[in-house]
Amino acid sequence: MGRISLTNIDRAYGKVKVLHDINLDIQDGEMLVLVGPSGCGKSTLLRLLAGLDKPTSGKLAIDGRDVTRVSAAERGLAMVFQSYALYPHMTVRQNLAFGLENQRMPKAEIDARITEATRMLEIGQYLDRRPGQLSGGQRQRVAIGRAVVRNPTAFLLDEPLSNLDAELRISTRAEISALHKRLATTMVYVTHDQVEAMTLADRIVVMRAGRIEQVGRPLDLYNEPANLFVAGFIGAPRMNLLPCKVKAAAPGTVSIEGPGGLSTTIAANGEALKPGDDVTIGIRPHDMTIGMGSKGALEAQVTLVEALGPETVAHTLTADGQKLVAVLKGQQLDGAGGAVKLHFDPAMAHLFDRSGQRVTYVRSK
Amino acid sequence: MSQVVAFLTRRRGGRGWHWTDIFMWAWLVGGLVLMFGPALWLVLSSFKTPAQLAEFPPTLLPYATEQVAVAGYDKPLNLFTAQLPDGTTRVMAEVRRVGTVSQLVDPKAPGEIFKVNIADRQPVREIRFATENYTQPFEHFDFLQYLKNSVFVTVVATLITLLTNSMAAFALSKYEFRGRNLVLLLIVGTLMVPLSVLLVPLYSVISAVGLFDSLWGVILPTVATPTGVFLLRQYMLTIPDELIDAARMDNASEWQIYWRIVLPLAAPALAVLAIFSVVWRWNDFLWPLVVLSRKELYTLQVGLNTYAGELNVQWHFILAMTVVTMIPVVLVFIFLQRYITAGIAGTGLK
Repeated sequence: MGRISLTNIDRAYGKVKVLHDINLDIQDGEMLVLVGPSGCGKSTLLRLLAGLDKPTSGKLAIDGRDVTRVSAAERGLAMVFQSYALYPHMTVRQNLAFGLENQRMPKAEIDARITEATRMLEIGQYLDRRPGQLSGGQRQRVAIGRAVVRNPTAFLLDEPLSNLDAELRISTRAEISALHKRLATTMVYVTHDQVEAMTLADRIVVMRAGRIEQVGRPLDLYNEPANLFVAGFIGAPRMNLLPCKVKAAAPGTVSIEGPGGLSTTIAANGEALKPGDDVTIGIRPHDMTIGMGSKGALEAQVTLVEALGPETVAHTLTADGQKLVAVLKGQQLDGAGGAVKLHFDPAMAHLFDRSGQRVTYVRSK
Repeated sequence: MSQVVAFLTRRRGGRGWHWTDIFMWAWLVGGLVLMFGPALWLVLSSFKTPAQLAEFPPTLLPYATEQVAVAGYDKPLNLFTAQLPDGTTRVMAEVRRVGTVSQLVDPKAPGEIFKVNIADRQPVREIRFATENYTQPFEHFDFLQYLKNSVFVTVVATLITLLTNSMAAFALSKYEFRGRNLVLLLIVGTLMVPLSVLLVPLYSVISAVGLFDSLWGVILPTVATPTGVFLLRQYMLTIPDELIDAARMDNASEWQIYWRIVLPLAAPALAVLAIFSVVWRWNDFLWPLVVLSRKELYTLQVGLNTYAGELNVQWHFILAMTVVTMIPVVLVFIFLQRYITAGIAGTGLK
């Protein structure tokens, strides 16, 4: 079991409030990823879960038991730290055993658990080394092993991949995902990297400035971002966001005008909009094409072409200075581009009102 | 060998002596003499006889006048190179000295006595180490008892110092509490109060709690050192907080965090403090002198003081025993010095 629920959690350091009214239910066995830019409070939230920090107000329950004031040791959680925080003066075996010894576990069981964890993580041959004699990837495995042997209710992982090089990060990411499937234990994973979030998560929590912006499955967040922040944060390259004006609004459709000669009609709930309102249209770079298609054309000058082989990334600039990025299939735009017409399917566009909230209908799939 | 010569004569720019080469040699040799000279002087002087210590001009090496057994005389006689009245120079043994006249005999023909002015004879000397400076104190003087007291005071005081100071430093570096900086400031502030100011009140306290004339009275007032707390705290600040968080997640109690995580990682700083503490306690003189009155409780430094009487200072014994008391401090430095520079705290991270 590993169901964690947070109710109205606030955390303030003096007058500075870093978490505002966090409500979150973490399901048993799910991989929940907390993602957001640095300073958004995701690590603080993880420390509150761990019990290393206490909320200013609110309630935290694990499997229905109120643990708001319970110490870190008694919560039955295990944490993997960003710096790994392995005890440098102990061997790998002592590092793994330390937490179990503190629980006064019989020696035979400690050995059995260490054997099991080292087999799973393939760190058996390093057991008598100290952390200083291990590479970054090996230390990372030991840090995960230290959490695994505890057999915790839930794992808390604080940016565990940020100290690895790019190649190792991808393989370790896959291993963590496999480990999660195998153990089927709740994992709460903090990262600032949206790719990690998308690939690992059952559900993603996007945070900004101490608030939860959106909670949902990775593709739901990608397809239906609730607001401008989530739209800009999830997806790479970033979604193109263009300021527009409402031309006409009806309950089912909204017509807008924007830079680069943009003029289109989007199937959206226009009840609260009226002509002349400021809105923002969001178009994913992958939803843009060049040339063909009649609906929703944008005129722009190509400033840079990145030919990657399977796809071409075109950086363009509209006449009124709006930057647009288009990711085109295959190899297009030989050399410097000059003027192009960018097309997109209005059904794939996202519309946000003046306060940044999504107004588009849920797309029919 | 040729490599050593090549190394020692290596010069700036490869050829020719630059003034910086000469300056460097002068600086290094000067430094060596300045640093090592007094220690060498002490050790060599500790092997001199009292007569030689009083001699002027002093010599670097310990010498003794050569002696010879001469038939017809009970004691061995000192040998001199004397210029005899007939103008010849011979090695003679001195029978006795009367005023400025020395009575000499030829060791091979002891029948005839020559009278020579003392200015006309030079003692025949050889290098001889007066080891009796070292052996006699062990016979007449309660050296072993003093040594035992000194070792007890030093070891116990150092252990208590390390324990209490590291506990204070742990609290002051790893716990956030109101007034933390004020407490640290108060502790460090006590550095500004010299011992001579504290001597009388400290004596009153010690005597009131019944620790007067006991080794614990020497130990306890010295164990809480602000220097130690400050030194350990600054070192512990460099131990990452994440390690302590990790230990908390690992069900460690606060005592275990201190004992099994922070203390081993602070080993280099503890070693430095241990060296300081050993040297301080071993060399302590004034405070033990005040507290201890029974002779069998004297520490070495106080015991040595008994050689410096009101009328007569037995320099040869003082010098020899000073050398003996230096040995433990030197050993501590040799064995713990590697900790001064080595640090292992950062290796478990990144």
